[in-house]
Amino acid sequence: MKKQGLYDPSFEHDACGVAFVARLDGHRSHETVDRALRALENLEHRGAAGADADTGDGAGILVQLPDAFLRASVPFELPPAGRYGVGFCFLPSEPGRREELERALEDTVRAEGQTVLGWRDVPVRRNEAGAQARVFAPVMRQVFVGTDLEDQLAFERKLYVIRRLAERAGVVLPSFSSRTIVYKGMLSAPQLGRYFPDLDDERLESALALVHSRFSTNTFPSWELAHPYRFIAHNGEINTLRGNVNWIRARESQLASGLFGDDLRKVLPVIQAGGSDTAMFDNVLELLVLSGRTLPHALMMMVPEAYSGRPDVTDELRGFYRFHECLTEAWDGPAAIAFTDGSVIGAMLDRNGLRPGRWLETTDGWVVCASETGVLDVPASQVLRKGRLQPGKLFLVDLDQGRIVPDGEAKQAVAAQQPYGEWFEREHVRLADLPPVEPRELQQPLRSLQLAFGYTQEDMKVMLLPLAANAEEAVGSMGNDTPLAVLSERRPLLYSYFKQLFAQVTNPPIDPIREAVVMSKQSLVGSERNLLAETPEHARQLVIDNPILRDDELEKLRRVDSDVFRSHTIDFTWPVAEGADGLAPALERICAEADRALADGANILILSDRATGPDRVPMPSLLATAAIHHHLVRAGTRLQAGLVVESGEPRSVQSVAVLIGYGAAAVNPYLMLATIDALVAGGLLELEAAEAQQRALGAIGKGLLKTISKMGISTLSSYCGAQVFEAVGLSADLVEQHFTGTPSRIGGIGLRDLAEGALFRHGRAYPATHDDLLPVVGLYAWRRGGEHHQWNPETIALLQHAVRGGGRPTYEQFAELVNADSARRSTLRGLLRFRERTPIPLEDVEPASEIVKRFSTGAMSLGSLSREAHETLAQAMNRIGGRSNTGEGGEDPERFADDRRSKIKQVASGRFGVNIGYLVNADELQIKMAQGAKPGEGGQLPGHKVDPYIASIRFTTPGVGLISPPPHHDIYSIEDLKQLIYDLRCANPTARVSVKLVAEVGVGTIAAGVAKCNADHILISGHDGGTGASPVSSILHAGVPWEIGLAETQQTLVLNDLRSRVWVQTDGQLKTGRDVVIAAMLGADEMGFATAPLIATGCVMMRACHLNTCPVGVATQDPELRKRFQGKPEHVIEYFFHVAEDVREIMASLGVARFEDLVGRVDLLEPDSALRHWQERGVDLTHLLRAPDVPAGTPLRRTEAQASPLADALDWQLIDALGNGKRRFDVRNVNRAIGGLLSQHVTKRGLKVDEHFELHGSAGQSFGAWLAPGLQLTLVGDANDYAGKGLSGGTIAVRPPDDAAYRAEENVIVGNTVLYGATSGRAFFRGLAGERFAVRNSGASAVVEGVGDHGCEYMTGGRVIVLGPTGRNFAAGMSGGIAYVVDLDPARVNTALVGLEPLEQADEETVLALLREHVERTGSTVAARLLEDWTPDRFTKVIPHDYKAVLDLPLSTGGIGLVTRESEEAVA
Amino acid sequence: MGRIGAFKKVDRVEAPERDPRERVGDFREFVGTLPLTDLREQAARCMECGVPFCHNGCPLGNLIPDWNDLVYRDRWREAIDQLHRTNNFPEFTGRLCPAPCEAACVLEINEGNAVSIKQVELSIINRAWEEGWVVPQPAAAQTGRSVGVVGAGPAGLACAQQLARAGERVVVYERDEAAGGLVRFGVPEFKIEKRIVERRVQQLVAEGVEFRFGVDVQSLGELQAEHDAVVLATGARVPRDLPVPGRELAGVHFAMEYLYDRARALEFGAEGGISAAGKHVVVIGGGDTGADCVGHAHREGAASVTQIELLGEPPARRPDDLTPWPRWPIKLRTSYALKEGGERDFALSTTHLSGEDGRVTQIHWQRNTGAPPFDLVPGTEESHPADLVLLAMGFLGPEQALVDQAGDGVFVTGDARRGQSLIVWAIDEGRRTAAEVRAYLDESTFVSVADRVPGEYTPAP
Repeated sequence: MKKQGLYDPSFEHDACGVAFVARLDGHRSHETVDRALRALENLEHRGAAGADADTGDGAGILVQLPDAFLRASVPFELPPAGRYGVGFCFLPSEPGRREELERALEDTVRAEGQTVLGWRDVPVRRNEAGAQARVFAPVMRQVFVGTDLEDQLAFERKLYVIRRLAERAGVVLPSFSSRTIVYKGMLSAPQLGRYFPDLDDERLESALALVHSRFSTNTFPSWELAHPYRFIAHNGEINTLRGNVNWIRARESQLASGLFGDDLRKVLPVIQAGGSDTAMFDNVLELLVLSGRTLPHALMMMVPEAYSGRPDVTDELRGFYRFHECLTEAWDGPAAIAFTDGSVIGAMLDRNGLRPGRWLETTDGWVVCASETGVLDVPASQVLRKGRLQPGKLFLVDLDQGRIVPDGEAKQAVAAQQPYGEWFEREHVRLADLPPVEPRELQQPLRSLQLAFGYTQEDMKVMLLPLAANAEEAVGSMGNDTPLAVLSERRPLLYSYFKQLFAQVTNPPIDPIREAVVMSKQSLVGSERNLLAETPEHARQLVIDNPILRDDELEKLRRVDSDVFRSHTIDFTWPVAEGADGLAPALERICAEADRALADGANILILSDRATGPDRVPMPSLLATAAIHHHLVRAGTRLQAGLVVESGEPRSVQSVAVLIGYGAAAVNPYLMLATIDALVAGGLLELEAAEAQQRALGAIGKGLLKTISKMGISTLSSYCGAQVFEAVGLSADLVEQHFTGTPSRIGGIGLRDLAEGALFRHGRAYPATHDDLLPVVGLYAWRRGGEHHQWNPETIALLQHAVRGGGRPTYEQFAELVNADSARRSTLRGLLRFRERTPIPLEDVEPASEIVKRFSTGAMSLGSLSREAHETLAQAMNRIGGRSNTGEGGEDPERFADDRRSKIKQVASGRFGVNIGYLVNADELQIKMAQGAKPGEGGQLPGHKVDPYIASIRFTTPGVGLISPPPHHDIYSIEDLKQLIYDLRCANPTARVSVKLVAEVGVGTIAAGVAKCNADHILISGHDGGTGASPVSSILHAGVPWEIGLAETQQTLVLNDLRSRVWVQTDGQLKTGRDVVIAAMLGADEMGFATAPLIATGCVMMRACHLNTCPVGVATQDPELRKRFQGKPEHVIEYFFHVAEDVREIMASLGVARFEDLVGRVDLLEPDSALRHWQERGVDLTHLLRAPDVPAGTPLRRTEAQASPLADALDWQLIDALGNGKRRFDVRNVNRAIGGLLSQHVTKRGLKVDEHFELHGSAGQSFGAWLAPGLQLTLVGDANDYAGKGLSGGTIAVRPPDDAAYRAEENVIVGNTVLYGATSGRAFFRGLAGERFAVRNSGASAVVEGVGDHGCEYMTGGRVIVLGPTGRNFAAGMSGGIAYVVDLDPARVNTALVGLEPLEQADEETVLALLREHVERTGSTVAARLLEDWTPDRFTKVIPHDYKAVLDLPLSTGGIGLVTRESEEAVA
Repeated sequence: MGRIGAFKKVDRVEAPERDPRERVGDFREFVGTLPLTDLREQAARCMECGVPFCHNGCPLGNLIPDWNDLVYRDRWREAIDQLHRTNNFPEFTGRLCPAPCEAACVLEINEGNAVSIKQVELSIINRAWEEGWVVPQPAAAQTGRSVGVVGAGPAGLACAQQLARAGERVVVYERDEAAGGLVRFGVPEFKIEKRIVERRVQQLVAEGVEFRFGVDVQSLGELQAEHDAVVLATGARVPRDLPVPGRELAGVHFAMEYLYDRARALEFGAEGGISAAGKHVVVIGGGDTGADCVGHAHREGAASVTQIELLGEPPARRPDDLTPWPRWPIKLRTSYALKEGGERDFALSTTHLSGEDGRVTQIHWQRNTGAPPFDLVPGTEESHPADLVLLAMGFLGPEQALVDQAGDGVFVTGDARRGQSLIVWAIDEGRRTAAEVRAYLDESTFVSVADRVPGEYTPAP
């Protein structure tokens, strides 16, 4: 599918299930293939199907080249194994074109000196593929190529060269090797084996097999995008892809390899355009491996583990990583990569370990590794050991050696190849070690420069003062209601046109604070060398610890002069006298100067606007940086030098982030620093100047990490040049030339406007006037005559008056003002108008009482809102048949059944208050993937806001602060979302499931994936909405308007024919009937409102929600202030009816009687040609208004329900068995969320039960999810990820079978993210657990015999006993509950919030009781030994400081003792 | 942003006033300001709202949250810069403005709790004068152009100052003998001492503004010949009359005749003709001008003072159905003057005046319904002694003859343009007009373009 409208195929994502099977002894057999295919079928639930349910997203298998089979299948003679290769070709069905391609391939083979031995038609059973897949099925033929090369690796290289050349000619070659072969296609897992009869053939033998089942976010036909690729199959996402691709391209000119010789030129470009992230990764990996590095070596370069601050990493290995950082940036993102070259096979995880992987080795020499445990039935008696993939670790099976090579050994072998550490130590230079130099003074008066660079009073007050005073970026609330930069009248700086991208659904954001162990902001400057070689000189890089430079540091760089480093400063100002026309030649000049400087041997380019003065005007620093960056990338010289920006312009997190995102290695914001000095001198900061500067730089560094982690990127060096931005409001020419590859969809201003903006600011500074005050702009808070705010004193007052007696006429004044302002200067919808149509009488239009049912209020939690405000909204929505939303804070059970209930119950990453009772009482369950105010970030509720009422609803402790993680720890990928939707359906089969996304480029493809995940409802939130508190850079610079996101979503869903299955809702600053009608036309069935109804209840947009001082009682928990709340449900109701009547009038004027007939009718909209200013600025709405190119009659709105996935759930049997005796069931990994439906059943009916089920086998994901009180599940076998998710009072136990051949406490029994969001109940695991055990546990008790990294993260309550080793970063963000750990290594604990103590008497009792129960339920020998030989000294108590302080308060003074309300109930 | 939560703990404190019994004995100002430490506590109550309704409620768009915060932080020097940024004469407004900003303050949602904005404003400018921070700001360079401003009231003065600072030559024509307009002559000394006005006028003089007093401009021809542009800031001085029998009697005056007469007598020792001493004074009209008449009459030693109003008595508290927050509330306010004594009554229609020897002695009124069309209530006729009757019933508009001559290069501003209004509106008008004039005179320089770009408070250089 080609780019069309707002749909762009480059934003497709995929994720999946992956597995491999191998024989340690290297014995080739067909059984390996059989087993792998069986494993694949058992992963089918991780894949997906599109609108055509039979068409899979893709499945494939990679095996060793089956010599015997091939030899028997071709009519021609084959050379000995290893001396011929097989190319698997996907060819077009049109014969002429096919022959042409085949000829081209043959010619290439011959031209490269090899022999075409013949062709084989690959037999396929066409009917096994889905209908849609069949239409696009390629003809599959295998070409056999012989060689006279003795060296098989040399032959592999030659085949690679041939393939690259043939690919350029248009041949699709999924594999071309003498070692391996790939069978794959647009198939579902079960179809794969059936489609290719070859795979059934007993003669097709291999000692290893790698399989993959794909879940794509769309359903467009693509056979070649199935995995595996040549070397890898991948589950995950590369977040830094755009940067990686650019950097590889930049490196191409330097590539040289003795092994390839001149052939190397033929394989360029290294990365084949149009591939997926996996394909591109594979392209690079392949080059690294074929040019001489081993597979582990290449993978360790591309996906390095986090090594800094880790005592367990050897010096050699540390040296290896540091050295290789000088060669390449990491390919960063959540990834499980399974790889093989035909003789080793293995898998590795990214540094965060955000994808699952489980493996086992059998006594008879098989190794199985898969995304889940239980994909193959292996009797426990034959299991030698079980494990899991771990963050940054290699799991490597070497068939030649016949063994699993431990991570440490495999890496050590690579690290010891060369004295990498010595090389690095000898060659690298640290900026900090350079001799000190004097910083440069400002050459111009401070105020003149501030004016010339567009400083405002708010820059001082809102940005710089908090940065320097608190070392934190300022926080704001109530969203952003200012115009897009391109629509603003105030000529915003270029930075503002760039919107930060963020992770949602297909990859997770990271918590840069709690998971700081994986983050790095180190930056390298210098010349890079040939990637395909390694010499000590490769390490000649200048290492910068913090990329935001002080003036003296910049000066050090400028003056550096050695045989290794030479800097050159490029002045990017231009003469004022040349006017706006001077900018374009100035750009050419600086690019040419960069070329000359590189030619002269400079390797540090300092781009500087220090020359700004009366006669010279600075160009936007971002423009200068990106222009030179892309110029050098194109010239192939980019890696000869690092770019450092010395500019007066940057002064915020966003400005520095964009500079780095477009190629700057470091930034010296000299004017910001001078300004801070002036603030200190003026007494506004009671700090030493040096300290103030340091804090501000530190705060920006912190903000940068937050910005990159939003996108799931953990190292700044990978972020550099990664361009994870969308441009909104820049012209196509400008973007294409200087911001190449950046998505930009509505056109906008070009060079000339930027030049005029610069001259305008310059004109303020020169000639100087005696007025030396900075302008007031009113960006963060409204100011008269300043930046336009949609919510201003007039609109707020009119709306409030309209619902307090003013009635319809006042509403009309309000709407007129809002629409008029909007049209003139604020929103994209303001630029549209309705087409002229024949009107109908108003009476014929459906009544307002029907229309209001489509409205809902926004997700604002009880906790952020006062009880009064929250309940008022709920009552209003219930009365009119609309919906209110709990937000992320649970709901008082007293409200479940009365008119204060919120129909929409939100499930957010913190899972506060989410238990089975909450879930069964919902009409709609909304998974919040992101929120408009701060997409990609988590939240915090400070302890002083957690009063006893709020705490009781959230199942936490009063007075103890709460942290919501940035990601849902059970959604790192699209198939995880599918699983959570499944889990929620179990908890409430009648509720519709909604997924909330925030508009950004690519949201449409994500929405398509969400539809395929079985969601019923998708909410596209605009960037501008959002009421929550958030750093100002997030409020202003992340996400795009809903108009773009909604239109993209509608277009993509309709193109995929998925729109018919889901409702689409939008929100973000909706206010009037006009807004509603436009939203409907762009594709929304429903609309959400947050700010407007709040204002109706009395909110006056104080924007101080985070301070708890709301003077009108809306957003505060202060009892005194809550009394001031004067809102009534009637106010909200009246507002919505005004809006609905407004809608009706528009509908009548358009001749549309039924609202549903508006949905998707983009043809009724047109750009308002009467408005000039935005057209003059080049804004182009063509893509926004594009009607998808689909057959007539393709539904534009929801017309049918999603199929229920619950029909074959095991729980139906459990429900039937309630009370009638059957106690034992066999399970396997396809049985997911066992206990979920059962819990729903008993909770919904209010049954008091006491039931115990025994299950045998490997349980699927989310074992025991939401398990209700009175239910006990004992699993004999093992469990996958998310066991005990949302545990709600039940008890689960997992133990190995009695006949297990392995030691339980040394083997993995349960996967990652266990007990996520558990609120009460108990869990016992006899064995090891994966990463993030008991994450966000708020009340459950658990015993486990060892945990991976990040154990007890964000925990707020409950008790966790760990009887074995813990991974790194234990107790990060843990604010409540207690962990007891045996033989704790204190170095593993993140002690930011917790303390370590010995056990007290009460602790001992708790531990003893749980250990006894652990022995009883699981037969744990570890626990039994501990009980026998009771030595409490072996335990360490890990307890959060705040929690302890609260516990220590006696009950009489408001202390709450040891348990939260719910855990008390569960105990009783 | 003030002190977080201070508004919950600190109550609003009104400006201190001298005891009414004492102050009627002289003509000195009677309203003071709190000690600076107390005042900072008041400023701390400001929450620096995301949407500052006060700032919108202020016709000048004073940056109220910004300077409240600066006062709270004891940064007076920056506070006066911010205050002067939008307001040329804060010492006028800080004394005379009815403070619609306070009515719009978010804390005023709970009536009576607004931040004491007006006091803060006055304290900032008082401090600035004391410290010598208010100095002439002559233009760095002259444009060589010339603008004539007719009228030296607040609108004309503001316009003249903005233009002079931008380098225009400015001549102000004023028919009275001193500058200030109503502020000088219409507002009594005890509300604003005239030295305060003159002090500011001298700043303008030092900035190069030329004043020509006693010039009653009747036609524009000459002015247009002398200047590149002309600004008419002549006010809205045509008073509303009372067309009842007896209006022609001696002792019946427009309020402004009385106040001007008294002001001239006080400041320049002019022999006045209209005195309230020992008289029964009746003031018709319940507004601020009426109150000033009442206050003045007290100080002259009137035998009695009565103030009557045509409209009915307004409600005691903000009527949320009629004038909800943040609108200016129509509610019962007791003027400073009535605190000093005198009677007031509402819903009275004056039916006629009667007198002896051509001088008024009695006023006759009848109750009305309190709202238009003010039907009279039968049987409620009353008479009241009246030796001096002052008509304070508002103004009808500008003296039209001059305004009607406006055309190319002639700008009308202030009350002359918008009708009688508040001093803050007058200053705002003057400032805006200055920008318009400059744009008219020179469209091409960068500075003037910058002036006109919305979103920037670049005080006209």
